[in-house]
Order: sequence, then C-alpha cells, then structure tokens
Amino acid sequence: MAKAVFQVPELKQYAEIPALEPGVMAHSAPFKAKDEFQYALGFPGELTEDWQDKAIGKMGDLLGRYRSLRVYLDSCVKCGSCTDKCHYYLGTKDPKNMPVGRQDLMRKVYRRYFTLAGKFFPKLVGAEDFTEEVLSDWYSYFHQCSQCRRCSVFCPYGIDTAEISMAAREIMDHIGVGQKYCNEIIAKVYKIGNNLGLPGPALADTLEGLEEDVFDDTGVEVKYPLDQEGADILLVTPSADFFAEPHVDGLIGYGKVFHEAGVSWTLSSHASEAANFGMFIGSYENMRRVAMRIREAALKLKVKRIVFGECGHAWRVAYSFLNTLAGPWDFLDSRYPVPQHICEFTYGLMREGKLNLDKSRNDDMVLTYHDSCNVARASRMGDKPGGQFDIPRAIIRASVNNFYDMDEETIRDRTFCCGGGGGLLTDDLMEVRVKGAQPRLEALNNVMQEKGVTHMAAICAICKSQFSKVLPYYGMEMDQIVSVHQLVSNALILTGQHTDDDDEDEAADEAA
Amino acid sequence: MSFLSSVYAYLFYFAAFVLVAGLVNKVVQYARTPAPLKIPTTPAPTTKAGVALRLTREVVFFESLFRGNKWIWIFGWVFHFGLFLVTLRHLRYFLEPVWAPIQFIQPFGIYGGIAMVIGLGGLWARRFLVDRVRYITSLSDHLILGLLISIGLSGLMMSFVVHTDIMRVKAFFQGLYVGQINTLPADPLLLLHLLLVAGLMVIFPYSKLLHMPGLFFSPSRNQVDNPREKRHLADWARRLEQE
Repeated sequence: MAKAVFQVPELKQYAEIPALEPGVMAHSAPFKAKDEFQYALGFPGELTEDWQDKAIGKMGDLLGRYRSLRVYLDSCVKCGSCTDKCHYYLGTKDPKNMPVGRQDLMRKVYRRYFTLAGKFFPKLVGAEDFTEEVLSDWYSYFHQCSQCRRCSVFCPYGIDTAEISMAAREIMDHIGVGQKYCNEIIAKVYKIGNNLGLPGPALADTLEGLEEDVFDDTGVEVKYPLDQEGADILLVTPSADFFAEPHVDGLIGYGKVFHEAGVSWTLSSHASEAANFGMFIGSYENMRRVAMRIREAALKLKVKRIVFGECGHAWRVAYSFLNTLAGPWDFLDSRYPVPQHICEFTYGLMREGKLNLDKSRNDDMVLTYHDSCNVARASRMGDKPGGQFDIPRAIIRASVNNFYDMDEETIRDRTFCCGGGGGLLTDDLMEVRVKGAQPRLEALNNVMQEKGVTHMAAICAICKSQFSKVLPYYGMEMDQIVSVHQLVSNALILTGQHTDDDDEDEAADEAA
Repeated sequence: MSFLSSVYAYLFYFAAFVLVAGLVNKVVQYARTPAPLKIPTTPAPTTKAGVALRLTREVVFFESLFRGNKWIWIFGWVFHFGLFLVTLRHLRYFLEPVWAPIQFIQPFGIYGGIAMVIGLGGLWARRFLVDRVRYITSLSDHLILGLLISIGLSGLMMSFVVHTDIMRVKAFFQGLYVGQINTLPADPLLLLHLLLVAGLMVIFPYSKLLHMPGLFFSPSRNQVDNPREKRHLADWARRLEQE
C-alpha cells in the first residue's frame, strides 16, 4: 500500500452518507502559479492590492456574460438534494465539499455585492464581504471540485457547481491567484503544443517505437503517422497517450483500428493535445486559444475529418464546445460528425463487421466500465442521447467475454468522478484525490468481491492516471485500470496477422 | 371605506407592482444574459420538443429532485402541488364571473391547503433534523418557510374556524381593478393572511423564490443537445472572433 499522511477512507459494502466534519479539508490547497505562467495566460502575476474591487468587478463581468452563473446563484433554495452527491463530500466529510456548500462560498459574496437583500440584510440571507478568509476558502474549496456535474443531475433546477467553480477560478486568476498545475500546463500548450511539453521529435520517436512494438507483436506494419499532410483523419488525443500506462495501450489500439479501417490518418505535433485546461480555469479566452490549435492543424494538414482519442474533459470540449470555439468546420467532410470520438469510429467499424475481434484474448481479465464524468454528463456519442454509455459498453462487450457493470447508482449519468478531474490531477492535491476516489472505488470493490472483477476500463486520460495512482492507497493494483482501446487492441486480429506464437508472447508480456 | 382598507389597498398595489416589475426585470435580465456554451446535463434531448418535455417533467413532477432525494421530493411536491390547487381556488376572488373549472376545483383547493402545510412542515423539519440541510440553512430559509406556513394556516383557519365575509373580500379585490377601495372585513385573521401574502409578493423577486423563473432559464436543462450539428455562438464570443 502507498504511504499516506492522511487517513485513507474505508471501503464499505453499502454506501454511507457521512456526518459533517466542518473544516477538515480547509488546509488542502494547490500550489500557486508563478508569475511567468500567469502572464503567459494574460493574468496578473500576484495578488493585486485592490484585489477585492477587481474580483467584484470580474464577478459582475461574468454575471453579464454567463447566464448559467446568474441563474444558478439566484435559484438555489437550499433543498439539500445535492448535499450527499459529491464524491469529495462523501470522501472528506467536509460540508464545504457539499455542492451547495461549495456554491455558497460564491453565493454569499454574490448576495453581498449584487443583490438588494444582501446589501441591506446580509446576516439574514447569509451574505458576506469578500474578505481574505473568504478568498482563502475559495482557493481551497474551488480546487476540490472536479467539475464532474454529478450535482447538476440531482438539482431540481439543474444548478451545476462546475459552472460556479469555473467562474471562481476565472475570478481568482484575474486577481493574480492562479493554480500552478493548470496554468503551467496551459502555458506549455502555447509553447510546445501539449500538456506534457513533449516536442515534435520526441513524439516522432515514441510513435516509431510503437510501430516497432506492434510489428513485433503482430507481424503487421501498422503506422502511427505524425504531421502527415493530406491524411484523411486528424487524430487528437491526450498527450498522456504517448507514453503513460495504460494510456499508450489505447493509442496502440486506435492505430490498429485505423489500420483495419484502411483510412489514412495522422497525429499533429502542433495540436498534440486533446485536453483543454482552459475549461478547468473557466477561461473562455484561453480555452478558445487552445482549441484554435486544432483548427490550425486541421487546415495545415488538409485533413477531412477530426477524431478524438480517449479523454473525458477533452471530449466535453470537443463535442460540446469545439464548434463554438473553433468552428465552423465547413472545410471538413460533412458526412462525418465533427469531431468524432474514437469509440464512435470503432463502433461504426464493428457494426460493419470490419473488425475481427477474438474475445478470448481478453480472458485473463474480468472487466467493469467506469463512465468518465464529463463524457457521461456533458457530451454524447452517436445520434441518440445516452450513446455515451452504450457505445463504449458495446465495444467492451465485443472485445471481452467477462463484463459486469458496477452498482446502477454509480454508473451512467450517476457515475462518480475518479477524483482527479477538473485540474486536480497533481501531487499537491493527493489527499483530496485519494479521498475523492472513495465512492468510485467502493463500487469497484463491491463488483470485485461479488463478481470477481479484476480490471476497470475507462476512456479518459485523467481517470487512467488518477486510478493508477490512487488504487494502491486502497490496497488495489495500479494496473487494474485499462484503456477501452487496449481491450480492442488485445482482441483485434489484424488482417494478415499470424496469431499462434504472438498469443504466447502476449501472455508472457502480461504476466510480466 | 375605512382607513385600514385604504392601507391594504395601497399595500396590494405596491406588492403587485413590486412582484410584477421585479419579476419582469429578472426575467429580462436572464433572457438578455447570453449562455456562451452548450452545457445541457446529458443525456439531453436533441430537439426543442424534447427540451419542452424535459422542462415539463421538471416543472410538473420535479424529476431531478425525485432522483436526488425521495423525502425532499415528497414534501416539496406535496407543498407545491397543494399551493397550485390553493392558487386556483383563490382565483374566484379575482374573476367575475368565476370560470367553471375554478368552480369545480374549489373543494380540492381546501385539500391543497392542508397538503401545502403538511409539505412545508416536512421541509421545515428537515432543516432541523438532517445535519447537512441544517448546515446550509440560513435565517431567511426559516423565515420564508414560516411565512408560507403562516399563510397556509391563517387561510385554513378561515376555512374551518373563523370565517370571514368572502363576498366583501371579493368586492375589495374587484374594486382594486378600477381604483375603487371597498371596505375589507376587519377580521384579524384575514388581515394577517393578506399582510403575509403581500409580504410574499414583495420578497418574491428578491429571494430564492426566483427558482421559479430560474428553472426555465437554466442552461443545463433548457438547451438542446446538438452542438456538433449547429454552431452555437454568443454575441460577445463572436466579437472575439473578429479581433
């Protein structure tokens, strides 16, 4: 088990709603961004002297630009429906991690400065001045929200805490209090093209290595092209796919699927990142700037289609926002959705019978599937609502013999976040990440006990990284999390692939 | 025409003005504020008709709340549905002649009044009994519940215990339409009931009661899930593109 300086929550057989422990997570706050990264994003470098006025000014600006913020701050009736829905509350017991508790951190400031009742009767309606203590609470607790939208499912008015924590981060950025992890990463995207700061030559090297690996495994020359002008498809995938485990096994899978489809495709070094951390910090301008790189790459490479790899928040930005941020896409082939998810692509091929999948090649695993929060509640796949649940499951079921879903209340649109989304996937937030994973892992643990599940598949780079890191805290193995296209990759028998020897090789590899 | 009747007449003119002007102001503000991004909570309807159906389910059945918490749902729904029946019943004071459906609803209005008070009682009890709800409750939440329950109880008292001359009450409100102040029965319970109702009208646009118009403007509920098919662009975002 990994070492922890905090108490790792216990996994129980039945989910429990904990009693409140006020303030227990007040100490949890991420490192602050250095001024050079603040400047790169167009924000002041450090807390300005007139920060209070500036913050209120920015809040007013956002209230005028985002209907969601205005309506959500006005509409809450404090009914309590959301109070037991946030994984961070369930895992930490801190009432400021209840969705409404978190929203109220902003609502009390909103009421004080923007409503009649708050101006004249602050005590009555719980309005408060924007003091340094309040700002400190903001910085702590708005970085304990993964913007997973689970609360918005159960709110009678659809109040989405994600909108509020995004606005809060945007306001804090504008007074010079930015988060190191997110802002450094966005600056890296501007400078190099991806979150991990992998330059073009390193990408080319990695992809070449993948080609060799796949050739050794299958005897088939599957290509992983980079910056290939005139290819049909531009694949945009999270940069973690280039080297992290189990992400890279997914990337191998996408390449094999494209190979079998017989389409030409390419990655881009300019847009070598699907994730868009501009969303995490609630900055439309930065989100747009990151998204424009994909448009630039598509134009430069003269592709006809755009396909996104397995990534949760990225798919939200891609599916829901890309047309808004970087459209219109009239220069692409209008017969295909823009953008398309790799699962939609694979599912289409599967239905056409173009993929020869041998499920028994995944018989060493018993699978369950984790619906990644932003795919589940902020996007779609296919042409029917709920395709985002059914299509990945259909792909898994076509690739494996043994599949069991987790408890109904923890999947589909009621899925729990992995605990590391929304810009929290950083070591300085380890405690909240581990505790926030508890509800998901409790459900996982139950299917492990009851159904003998050994592995959990996901289609999100953050989920994969987060689970690899937190599973050991709960006494599980880090490699119990797998990519969906890793399962496809295992099961897929490529045209011309000779299998007998390879099977043994693969078995040996997996045992190692 | 008594002094008291005049006071109540002007009070209701004022309350009606605040309610209407305040709500119109808020609705216009909501309508004018752009929603720059597509953020429906998915799975979401892919057509406008689907969205209308989704909102109808939310308004009529409190669908999301039902999924969220059965206790809040049962008390909340009983209260709101009761209030709806009570409101219909009260239309008889404001319409002449009284429409047939309103005449039909009269007895149900009484049950509605009882249901409303029971629902409110349940919701209020939760504010004391459930630690999470206690934590998020502020003084104004108690006051609004107190206000609504008092309105309900004073109304029920007039139905069951101390009757008032409802024909004169009707004459009073009918008179207000034409600027004529007719004498209101000087029954303490009636005066209390009306005072509280006027209070409710005044706080409506300045309190959490804004959840009523808010629901219709909530982007996570009222947006069509079609971002790939149709480009969604706010005016201020369009300006960014021209820079």
